[in-house]
Amino acid sequence: MTVPAIELHDVTRRYDDGPPALHDTTLSVAPGEAVAILGPSGSGKSTLLNLIAGLDRPSGGTVTVDGVRVDKLNETGSARYRRAKIGMVFQFFNLLDDLTVIDNVVLPAQLSGVTRSAARLRAAELLDALGVARHAAAYPGRLSGGERQRVAVARALMNRPTLLLADEPTGALDTASGEEVKRLFNDLHADGQTIVLVTHDLPLAESCATRTIRLVDGRVVADDVRAVTTGRGR
Amino acid sequence: MSAMGRVVRSGVARRRVQTVVIALATMMAVTASVLGGSLLAASSGPFDRAFAQQHGAHLTAQFDAARTTAARLMASAGATGVIAAAGPFPTATAAPRDVAAEFDLPPMTIVGRTTPDGEVDHVSLSQGRWVNGPGQIVLSADYPVGPSPLDTDLRFPDLPGQPTLTVVGVARSVGRTADAWASPSDVAALTAPDATGGYQMLYRFAEASTAAHVERGQAAVLALVGSPALLGAQSWLTIKDASEREVALFLPFLVAFGALGLVMSVLVVGTVIAGAVGTATRRIGVLKAIGFTPVQAVRAYVAQALIPATVGIAAGVVAGNLLAIPVLADTDQLYGTTTTGVTWWIDAVVVAGALGMVALTAWAAALRAGRLRTVDAIAVGRTPRPGRGRWAARLTARLPLPRSVSLGLAHPFARPARAAAVLAAIMFGATTVTFAVGVAASLNRVQIAKDHAAADVVIDTFAPPRGTGPAPNTAPRALSADDTAKVTTAIQAQPGTAEYYRVATTQVAVAGMTGFARLDAFTGDASWGGYEMISGRWFTRPGEVTVPSTFLTATGTRIGDSVVLTDHGKAVPVRIVGEVLHPTNNLLVFADAATFAATKPNLTAASYHIRLADGVDVSEYLTGLNSALATSGFTAASEQSTGGSSTIVLLDALAALLTLMLVAVAAMGVLNMVVLDTRERVRDLGIHKALGMTPLQTIAMVIASVLVTGLAGGAIGVTAGVAVHRAVTPAMGDAAGTKLPTSVIDVYQPTMLLLLGLGGLLIAVAGAFLPAGWAARTRTAVALRTE
Repeated sequence: MTVPAIELHDVTRRYDDGPPALHDTTLSVAPGEAVAILGPSGSGKSTLLNLIAGLDRPSGGTVTVDGVRVDKLNETGSARYRRAKIGMVFQFFNLLDDLTVIDNVVLPAQLSGVTRSAARLRAAELLDALGVARHAAAYPGRLSGGERQRVAVARALMNRPTLLLADEPTGALDTASGEEVKRLFNDLHADGQTIVLVTHDLPLAESCATRTIRLVDGRVVADDVRAVTTGRGR
Repeated sequence: MSAMGRVVRSGVARRRVQTVVIALATMMAVTASVLGGSLLAASSGPFDRAFAQQHGAHLTAQFDAARTTAARLMASAGATGVIAAAGPFPTATAAPRDVAAEFDLPPMTIVGRTTPDGEVDHVSLSQGRWVNGPGQIVLSADYPVGPSPLDTDLRFPDLPGQPTLTVVGVARSVGRTADAWASPSDVAALTAPDATGGYQMLYRFAEASTAAHVERGQAAVLALVGSPALLGAQSWLTIKDASEREVALFLPFLVAFGALGLVMSVLVVGTVIAGAVGTATRRIGVLKAIGFTPVQAVRAYVAQALIPATVGIAAGVVAGNLLAIPVLADTDQLYGTTTTGVTWWIDAVVVAGALGMVALTAWAAALRAGRLRTVDAIAVGRTPRPGRGRWAARLTARLPLPRSVSLGLAHPFARPARAAAVLAAIMFGATTVTFAVGVAASLNRVQIAKDHAAADVVIDTFAPPRGTGPAPNTAPRALSADDTAKVTTAIQAQPGTAEYYRVATTQVAVAGMTGFARLDAFTGDASWGGYEMISGRWFTRPGEVTVPSTFLTATGTRIGDSVVLTDHGKAVPVRIVGEVLHPTNNLLVFADAATFAATKPNLTAASYHIRLADGVDVSEYLTGLNSALATSGFTAASEQSTGGSSTIVLLDALAALLTLMLVAVAAMGVLNMVVLDTRERVRDLGIHKALGMTPLQTIAMVIASVLVTGLAGGAIGVTAGVAVHRAVTPAMGDAAGTKLPTSVIDVYQPTMLLLLGLGGLLIAVAGAFLPAGWAARTRTAVALRTE
């Protein structure tokens, strides 16, 4: 029997005295799946993603990723877990403005102790594969939104993560750049990358995800497995 | 509550860390300022100030009770030019013995006074109380006893009935009018049967600023009392000169500390407030966007800075005043003065200055933000302006260091102004530490040189032998030839004696000079005895002398010159071969006793100084030697037990306290800057943590962000500290009337400099440690959401 890539069991996340942001959520994601988390603002999508990434801890329940009990990890353990198993892509890229593109990309590997020269080889491959190799020495501020998101994806893939998490990856992009990113995610999924993406972008979910989970007020209200409608772009 | 009030309140409450830092930084700066200001005030004409406070006596006159009467002396208060007088007070001179410690103390002049107050010479009590009946005595703070003499019983074994008085207080007379005070009836009992009693009169004159004025006043007094009755008189100018010479050595040291404290306080408060308000540019933009006028926004931020600063200032004034109590007590002891604490106007000036500084700095920083176009103010991000320091980021990325460290190393270059402020704080801290360590080392060397205490064992013939004491007097006991032979034989026969010399003290006249010079006549080689040479060499044969700087200055001579010393009417020509470090106001000559063999054949030793062979145990040696000396009636003691300097202890304690204080202020400045920097970088911090940066790596990154500035600040600070030391130390010597040898000025060893330089790094790391921990604990999800 295959170990689930992600397994949440009765997970609740409550902030202060308010209603829970996530309520008794139980779900499982198999390796290689591309899951889109959908839902209106405040439905708990980002909370769910943060819990899976080990950026936050549940108030109750268990979060297991690739056999690791994420909810049990301390800060150092969480950091090491993210380095080893998680790649993250953010809506606003979260690239470090003072570092060049390649220095941004090699950063997760360097934090893991990989030498700069070894990390640069892998980063060059990724940048080349993602079509932004010519910008390696540039600073992120000079790149277009689509290019920045490609750099962010390259950084996320740097340590060959088990799981790629994306939070509104097209949210800050124009249509053309959004399409680029969409194709990129399709390619990654086709290569077997497990992906969880949080999005408002229904077309993105429809084109990239094999499964959509809809959240409303912190509860899973729909969980549909479906076929990808868009083929590989490249 | 008005909109303005709400903005101010929420600003103070929301930015708790910054609010606390502002309060703490202001508190420490104000504490340092109160201390620094008090030191500067205490160091400003300390003698004149204390003399004026005590209504000191311009003339202290000692009269023979057999040649005048109390009534006649009282009448002398009406002499021309006398504006106030006190006395007559009965006086006696006697040598006490500490009953409990079984230790003979130097002879003392005891004055009978029923009260410390009066029109002249308001004696200040520093411990205990004044005498209120017989059997009690108050010691002068200048009398050489231990630090806590209260309740000590002093017996006067040479007087009939061996009267015993209990020490009930310690007091200071700036004019040094007595060694001790007792009730008049006790003074009568302390007068030896064969001695006539004495009276002390204290006078203040309308004009006393010059020696001629004082002499004129004295003449007017004697015109009424009669000159034959006068046993001795002391002008306040003599005491003043001696006091100023004594404190001259310490004055620049304390002034420098005071000035450093004030400069650092201004620097830290300025940077803390400017930094705190400067980071609020975006919020000021938001306030303007919702309808605040620039003036309202500026006022809101000035108020936000003033609230925590006022709390800090209040706490700082309290802390400064409390801390000033022991510090001023120490300076009083150094200066021989009396103070009652921090002067009120220092508190007032510091409070007004700190409030003004906070308001002005906050106003300037907020005005800059307030004048920006609203859209520009809002656009000011919380991260450094892109482009700055990228070269440093590229460079450090290539360093073979853990990435978290190399990331941190590049941080200061992205915020050059802030890095400069951190650098300045560290630099001042390192300068202070370097200067303090250097001055303390120099003063220690001066004091050691002054003590000439290189011997292991000393036999001091000044103290009468225990239990068998003959009548003590102010001169060393005259050793008989037999005594000298016994002591010399005992020393020579004692195993472990490496070498020894003996010193006799007497007086000689110097041709062309009025008065006498003290002559220390040596038998045996004393060049190893702790006599630090400024130039030239120690005398090696009869006819050669070594003298302190004062002698050369007073006689206008130089090394190589010959001078004629006159002894018992016979001229003894000598040649000056060396200048020795020995701060003194008086003429002093060191020479071979053989030089005066013809004129002073019976010079008797005041002390013997013995150096032990390597590996010899001092206590075992002492046991053996004292056993051999038993029949002679003299006692040998280790040099350490006789030569401990309370001045060194005081200076070291002061230096340590003040250094600690200023280093803490410097670290507070660093802390504030790193807090600001960490807050501004909180989103970057979130990204790093999301990418897998562990808490330890986060701490390493934040600490690394101050390493470059810490090292640079340390290096510059040490260089500046050495330079300040090199400038101040010779000035201290000049003020004290002596040149200082290079050994006193060159006190910094390479290892010490390296450690001091690393001190800058330590200040930086200490300041960055708290914010580093805060950064490590920051929740990643929260940091990523931060705009």
